[in-house]
Amino acid sequence: MRAVVTVVGKDKTGIIAKISGFLAERGINILDISQTILQDYFAMIMLVDLSDCKTGLSELADECAEMGKKIDMSVHVQHEEIFNAMHKV
Amino acid sequence: MFNYGDVLETINMVEKEHLDIRTVTMGISLLPCICGTAEETARKVYDTVCKKAENIVKVTCELSREYGIPIVNKRVSVTPAALICAPFADKSYLIGKALDNAAKELGIDFLGGYSALVHKGMADYEKQFILSIPEVLADTERLCSSVNIGSSKSGINMDAVKLMGEMIKKTAAITADKDGFGCAKLVVFCNAVEDNPFMAGAFHGVGESGTVINVGVSGPGVVQHAIENIPEADLSELAETIKRTAFKITRAGQLIAKEAAKRLGAEFGIVDLSLAPTPTRGDSVAQILEEMGLESVGTHGTTACLAMLNDAVKKGGVMASSRVGGLSGAFIPVSEDIGMIEAAERGGLCIDKLEAMTAVCSVGLDMIAVPGDTTAATISAIIADEAAIGMINNKTTAVRIIPAPNKKVGDSVSFGGLLGRAPVMPVHNESSEKFIKRGGLIPAPIHSNKN
Repeated sequence: MRAVVTVVGKDKTGIIAKISGFLAERGINILDISQTILQDYFAMIMLVDLSDCKTGLSELADECAEMGKKIDMSVHVQHEEIFNAMHKV
Repeated sequence: MFNYGDVLETINMVEKEHLDIRTVTMGISLLPCICGTAEETARKVYDTVCKKAENIVKVTCELSREYGIPIVNKRVSVTPAALICAPFADKSYLIGKALDNAAKELGIDFLGGYSALVHKGMADYEKQFILSIPEVLADTERLCSSVNIGSSKSGINMDAVKLMGEMIKKTAAITADKDGFGCAKLVVFCNAVEDNPFMAGAFHGVGESGTVINVGVSGPGVVQHAIENIPEADLSELAETIKRTAFKITRAGQLIAKEAAKRLGAEFGIVDLSLAPTPTRGDSVAQILEEMGLESVGTHGTTACLAMLNDAVKKGGVMASSRVGGLSGAFIPVSEDIGMIEAAERGGLCIDKLEAMTAVCSVGLDMIAVPGDTTAATISAIIADEAAIGMINNKTTAVRIIPAPNKKVGDSVSFGGLLGRAPVMPVHNESSEKFIKRGGLIPAPIHSNKN
């Protein structure tokens, strides 16, 4: 199963390192990554593969939200289908 | 890979614009539960609902977290209970109690279907059932009731209309300690639909299969935001924007509906394309209309704006879902919409204008508080007016009205949570008594003869 991780918040050093470390610890493989700064705001979207991840998606969503709070960023992980459904005809 | 715009748009819709799945409702047929005695039937009803819907809360919570879209309500609708209670209508309350207990056991806030369909005629057992409604609503917490008193095909059963005016008054009286809260759980319909996922009017029609999942989407805030972004657009462009937005919202609903049905072992029923407001600011249908260019909802132009909004939502939604049903349109419940509440409080919105609005949008006079001394005949006449709009225009209309005990115009009643607060609105004081007393059937309109 694939999911989309989004990270949004005030830019600072080490965000990608923290997020990718967090994902690696859980056996989550990053398939695609795209990051930019929008008006001082850090925005990153990752497409990840959860095949080797032991945690279920809903627990992972909770863990991501918690991790986001620690680094003062908004971190979401969502099933990729929600974006396919809403933005592709 | 997805582009930034799309992904961030979805996240913003949820975080800032109140996008949510308003309800995942499981429709359950209770027909197999009917057996010899009321007590045994009640036991079977309780067991069936608890078994079929046992995972509804768990599964919807999982889906909400996995897809990152809040699912606000989890609910159950059942076969109109008047059918289940027919052999022992004098003990209908036992079925009502069993349903309420099942709702508590499941941890859902409302269960709909303490309902009767009497649009053409009312059998003795149905009348007996309807007479039980006020007490049952007073004695239960989570049970919702509805009665269909008319249809485009059959006309309007004015005997039932008269009776429902009286039942609403009685319900208000015996729930007076809670400002007539019982009436917030009682809907009177014309052209009721069998697959409506929204409360208080949901029931599981007899034409439906055993267990289905119906989903109601929402997102007035998302539509309002989309309109805010194009302040100079003309109305055709506005309609296009609303269509595109409705498409996205509905696709989210369709995805959740299919997945919920799969995980709960039920059939996917329909997606209801409704804009359902909540009392939260920024989640209001009234504010969409004001964003379209009205100083206040209720002023001249309101009906036209609402007609366009309602139609554009449907056009966008229809393409996004493989099965559309339910009520599908913009809801205008007064107490549940901050824009409506404020307009009613400053006198900018009256019942007559709301009635006109119901001719072009979903449902009808919804969550309206009127003075406590409003007579049963006046309430029946309000129901008859709404039913006439529904019958002639081949649409669903409904009345959910609260004659707030001991309250007068200028007061307000508060029900809390999603039910919000309702300012008491004035009604006409001239009597409709003689008209309502006549009873009988208003015949179906000529255009119902389509065969």
